[in-house]
Amino acid sequence: MRHIISILLENQPGALSRVVGLFSQRNYNIESLTVAPTDDQTLSRLTITTIGDDRKIEQITKHLNKLIDVVKLVDLTEGAHIERELMLIKVKATGAQRDEVKRTTDIFRGQIVDVTNTIYTIQLVGTSEKLDSFLAAISGTTVLEVARTGVSGISRGEKVLNV
Amino acid sequence: MKVELLSGGEILIRALHDEGVDIIYGYPGGAVLHIYDALFNQDKIEHILVRHEQAATHAADGYARATGRPGVVLVTSGPGATNAITGIATAFMDSIPMIVISGQVHSSLIGSDGFQETDMIGISRPIVKHSFMVQNPEDIPMIVKKAFYIATTGRPGPVVIDIPKDITDPNKKFKYHYPESVKLRSYSVPSKGHTGQIKKAMEILLAAKRPIIYTGGGVVQGNGSDLLKELARLLNYPVTNTLMGLGAYPATDRQFLGMLGMHGTYEANMAMHCSDVVLGIGVRFDDRVTNNISKFCPGAKILHVDIDPAAISKTVSADVPIVGSITSVLEEMLQLIKQSDARVDTQSLDLWWQQIEGWREKDCLKVTPAGNDVIKPQQVIQCLYEITNGEAYVSSDVGQHQMFAAQYYKFDEPRRWINSGGLGTMGFGFPAAMGVQLAFPDAVSVCVTGEGSFQMNLQELATCMQYRLPVKIVCLNNEALGMVKQWQDMQYGGRYSHSTYAESLPDFVKLAEAYGHVGVRIEKLSELKDKMTEAFALKDRLVFIDVLVDPMEHVYPMAIAGGAMKDMYLSKTERT
Ligand SMILES: Cc1ncc(C[n+]2csc(CCOP(=O)(O)OP(=O)(O)O)c2C)c(N)n1
Ligand SMILES: [Mg+2]
Repeated sequence: MRHIISILLENQPGALSRVVGLFSQRNYNIESLTVAPTDDQTLSRLTITTIGDDRKIEQITKHLNKLIDVVKLVDLTEGAHIERELMLIKVKATGAQRDEVKRTTDIFRGQIVDVTNTIYTIQLVGTSEKLDSFLAAISGTTVLEVARTGVSGISRGEKVLNV
Repeated sequence: MKVELLSGGEILIRALHDEGVDIIYGYPGGAVLHIYDALFNQDKIEHILVRHEQAATHAADGYARATGRPGVVLVTSGPGATNAITGIATAFMDSIPMIVISGQVHSSLIGSDGFQETDMIGISRPIVKHSFMVQNPEDIPMIVKKAFYIATTGRPGPVVIDIPKDITDPNKKFKYHYPESVKLRSYSVPSKGHTGQIKKAMEILLAAKRPIIYTGGGVVQGNGSDLLKELARLLNYPVTNTLMGLGAYPATDRQFLGMLGMHGTYEANMAMHCSDVVLGIGVRFDDRVTNNISKFCPGAKILHVDIDPAAISKTVSADVPIVGSITSVLEEMLQLIKQSDARVDTQSLDLWWQQIEGWREKDCLKVTPAGNDVIKPQQVIQCLYEITNGEAYVSSDVGQHQMFAAQYYKFDEPRRWINSGGLGTMGFGFPAAMGVQLAFPDAVSVCVTGEGSFQMNLQELATCMQYRLPVKIVCLNNEALGMVKQWQDMQYGGRYSHSTYAESLPDFVKLAEAYGHVGVRIEKLSELKDKMTEAFALKDRLVFIDVLVDPMEHVYPMAIAGGAMKDMYLSKTERT
C-alpha cells in the first residue's frame, strides 16, 4: 500500500542525505520526495511517498524516528488527510488540439500558464491520481515535458504536526 | 577572574577530558596536527599510538566492551578516516559506544578534492548512530557533549565528529565552557517499558509450560546481568545466550543451556524450537540465531524486550513487544512476579527440565581426542579456561577459533567475552585485546585468534611493545582459513578454493621475537598444558602462543541452512 510520510527535520547540513540514505541502505523505495523550509527557520518539512506492507512501513517509520535529525513524523495515510501535487506540463498545441487541450485543462481545473503559437504550458494541482488522469486524458496530444513536484500533504481537522 | 582562551584543538582536548576520557587511540596526520600539538601540551589524557587506524577503532571498541565506557579514536583525514571505517562498522553492528574524531581538510578546500580529502560524513553515514561536522570552534564543547550523550544512551553506537583543520587553528582563541547537560529535541531515550505490556508479558510467562529465556548483547550493554540472574532463578526457567550475550548469565550455572544459534548447543536450540514461550531480552532475532524464519519456534509466543523499537518485530513478530531499558523492564518484571498470585506451573516445568536434561545427555560439546598427540582446537580453549580460572578477558577474531572460544570458555561474567558478532571482522581480536589491557592493566587479556585473522592486524605487536601490554595471544593454527574450509568441506565437495596457505605461513615465534616479544610453539597435546601455563606465567610480557591444531576439525553443532533451529549437524556423520 502507498503511504505518505511527513517529517519535520532539523534544518542541518546532511540531514536530508541521512533520510534518503536510510531508504537506499535498507532497500525501501521512494516514490516521491518533497522538501522545503517551514515557517520555523530551524525545521524543514519533508514528505515521502513510499510503498510497502504494514510491516515494512512500521520499520520505515521506526528507523526514520531513530535518525537524530528527525524531530517528528506522521504517516498521513493513517488518517484523513489532504494530499496535493503540482504538475507543470508542456504540450504541443496546434490545430484542433489547441481547443481540445484547453477544454480538458478546464475540466481538470488546470491553468494554462504559458502560451506560444504551438505550445501550451499547463499547471495542474491535485492528488497524484488526478494528475495521472489528466495525463491519460490528453494522451492524444504530444507531451513535450512533464515536471511534477511530488506529493505534499497535511492531516485534516485538528491534528497537527509541529514541535 | 581571567577568562581562559583556548584554540579549537585545545578546546577539543579539554572537552574530552571534561567528559571523563582517559585514553584516546589514534594516529596523526596533516589534518589533525593542531590537535596532536594540543595533546602534547597536556598530561591528562593518554594517547595510544596504534600502527593502523583500523586497530585504533578496534582497540577503542575492546575498551568500550570491557568497561562500558565509550572508546575514543582520533584519526587524520582521507586515508586515516577510511582506515577507521571497518572498525566503526564493527562497533555499529554490535551497538558499541564509540567516538571517532576525524580530521578534515581546511574548510575552504572542502569539495575541491583537496589533498587527503574524503567525505567522512558521507562514507560513514550508514554505519554511525550520528555524525557531526564542526563548523565553528566555539561549537566543539556542545558537539562533544552531544556526541557522548548520543553514543552512550539508548541503543549505543559510534558517533563521528569531523573537524576541518582551520577549526583547530592554534592562533585563534576562544572562551571555553563545557556544558553540564544536553538536550536534543529530536532524540529521546526510552526508559521505562509500558507497564501494561510488561504485565501482559508476565502473565504469559508465568503460565508457560515450556519457557525459555533468550538473551543477547543488550543485557551485557544494558548492565542487566544481575537482574537477569535474579529473574531466571526466581522462575527456575532455562536460559540461553547469543554469541553477543555470553557472560550475561553465568555459563557454569545449572539453568544455562549454552549458546544458541548456528553453532549453539543441541539443548539450547532444541529448547528454543520446542518452547511455548520465548522471552527475548536485548536480542534481535538475528539470522544466525533463528535459521529459517518461517520455521522458527513454531509453537512459541514471543515476548520481546529491547531498548530499540526498530529491533522489535523486525524479523520475528513479537506477540508482546516491550520497549525500554533492560534494567527498568527487568526490575518491573521482578516486582510484578513477586506481587503476583500467579505461580509458575512447576509440574509442567519439571517435565520441561526433564526433556532438557535428556537433550543435555547428548553432550554435544564432548571432545573426542584426536590421538597421536595431535591437539584438537577445543582442547586448547579448555586448557585456557583452566589455567585462567575462567576469569580472563577473552577477545576473539572470526572463524572456527571464535566459535570454539564461545563454546568452550565458560564465561560467568558479562564484558569478559569481546568479539565481533555482528560484522564478523577478522582482525578485530588482537587490537581489541590491547584496548582491554589498557583499560585493565592488571587483568589477563587474551586474544584467541586464527593464523588467518591474526595476520590482518599483526602490526599492533609494535604498539604492544611501545606500551608494554602483556596481551596473551592464543593462535589456533590450523594452517587454513578454517571456517571457509569447513563450508567448502560441507557444501563444495571439499574444493578448497583459496582457503589454504600452509606453505607460506610465517614463523610466528620469530615474528613475535622480531617485535621484542616472546613466542611459543606448541605441537603436541602432551605439552599443551605445561607450555600454556609457562606462557601465562610471564605476566608482564606479550606472549604469542602458536598452537598447531588438527586442521580437519569442524565446528559442531552447526545449523542446517534453511531448516528450523532443531535442524543441526552434530558431527561429520550425525545430524538431528
Ligand atoms: C575481514 C574479513 N574477511 C573475510 C572474512 C570471511 N571469513 C570468515 S572466517 C574466515 C577464516 C578465518 O581464518 P582464521 O582466522 O585462520 O580462523 P579459523 O577459521 O581457521 O579458526 C574468513 C576468511 C571475515 N570474516 N572478515
Ligand atoms: Mg586458521
